[in-house]
Amino acid sequence: MDAPPPATPSASEVHRIHWLPGTDHLLAVCHCGAEAEFDDPVALWEWLLAHPDGHRTRTNESP
Amino acid sequence: MTAFIRDQWYVAAYAHEVGRTPLGRTLLGEPVLLYRTEDGRPVALADRCVHRRFPLSEKPSRLDGDRVVCGYHGFTYGPDGRCVSVPGQRRIPRTARLTGYPVVEQDAFVWVWIGDRDPGDTLPPRAPWLDSPDHTVVSGMEPLDADYGLLVDNLLDLSHETYLHGGYIGTPEVAETPITTEVDEKSRVVRVSRHMDDAACPPFYAESTGITGRITRHQDIEYHAPCLYLLHSRVAPVGTDERAFHVEVVYGITPSTEHTTYDFWAVARDFALDDQKVTDFLRESNHTVVMQDVVALNALQKALDTEPPGYQELSINIDTGGLAARRILARMAAEPA
Repeated sequence: MDAPPPATPSASEVHRIHWLPGTDHLLAVCHCGAEAEFDDPVALWEWLLAHPDGHRTRTNESP
Repeated sequence: MTAFIRDQWYVAAYAHEVGRTPLGRTLLGEPVLLYRTEDGRPVALADRCVHRRFPLSEKPSRLDGDRVVCGYHGFTYGPDGRCVSVPGQRRIPRTARLTGYPVVEQDAFVWVWIGDRDPGDTLPPRAPWLDSPDHTVVSGMEPLDADYGLLVDNLLDLSHETYLHGGYIGTPEVAETPITTEVDEKSRVVRVSRHMDDAACPPFYAESTGITGRITRHQDIEYHAPCLYLLHSRVAPVGTDERAFHVEVVYGITPSTEHTTYDFWAVARDFALDDQKVTDFLRESNHTVVMQDVVALNALQKALDTEPPGYQELSINIDTGGLAARRILARMAAEPA
């Protein structure tokens, strides 16, 4: 089973992932406010867990 | 396999299963004896006599008042695990003591703490509908010949209802409707929501609620890793929100051995509370649905057992919640005791 690698969270971390209606895209919202779109949930989790690497607040760009 | 996560509460039994007859359950590989004292307190002790390891839940072991008597040679233990009597001699060896487990009775479940540290103020997560006068409950427990992680995967992705449970709880809209996933890293709760605005009413709800037309259907999952899964299910005829029916689906997910799991399932409803026909229908149809999962997961486990190490899977959007749960479980397992 391909469990993504464990990460150590800080306090009050909530990640949200929205499946954008009418598309195959997932919008990841990190607890820091950074956002990015993906079409692969594994890549999405790698990006979320890489926080803060590649997380620019309020960005809509794919990494 | 999915690693065991210790220092957690797990559902060991329904409260009604624990009584004056010794009950044995294996929790995270540990044999546990459950019974009640004469004043009704649940007790959880190691289910092996210290003498020759005979199971104390196995006949002719028996209760004598609040004590349990080993059916093999008569070693007798108090509810605190201390040996109070051995055959043929007065001296009781100092090491003659059963490990005792912290135990809590809550929401119709008997919860047992499996771990090395003391639970302190930590209590199990709640499922209050199971012990509420405002709800009627049907429930059961099915042993699963599969890794508990497979059950978590199954429950976090309800799109499988469309295929595995078609004609019972599945309709095409379940698999077609996008989900929203929320992961609270601190409380270790994964939430997956699927809101269907205009969906067919599956027989499970049509026959229990009397709804004949199309419905709005909300599925809001709350997975409290690793042990408790809640599905807040709400159905209402399209355009009539005030006539919503609520069903709270609860799963206690308890690893037994590396490849076996206790699947405690319960369905609480807030309608037709005294209607025995509805109760019988929901018990029968939910049992059928649970068994469809059991058969499928047992087959999946067998298939996975033949896979080489490092086998590949493919995950898509529907797996977002399941991947979140796997990650939280992996993180919890990696935490130092």
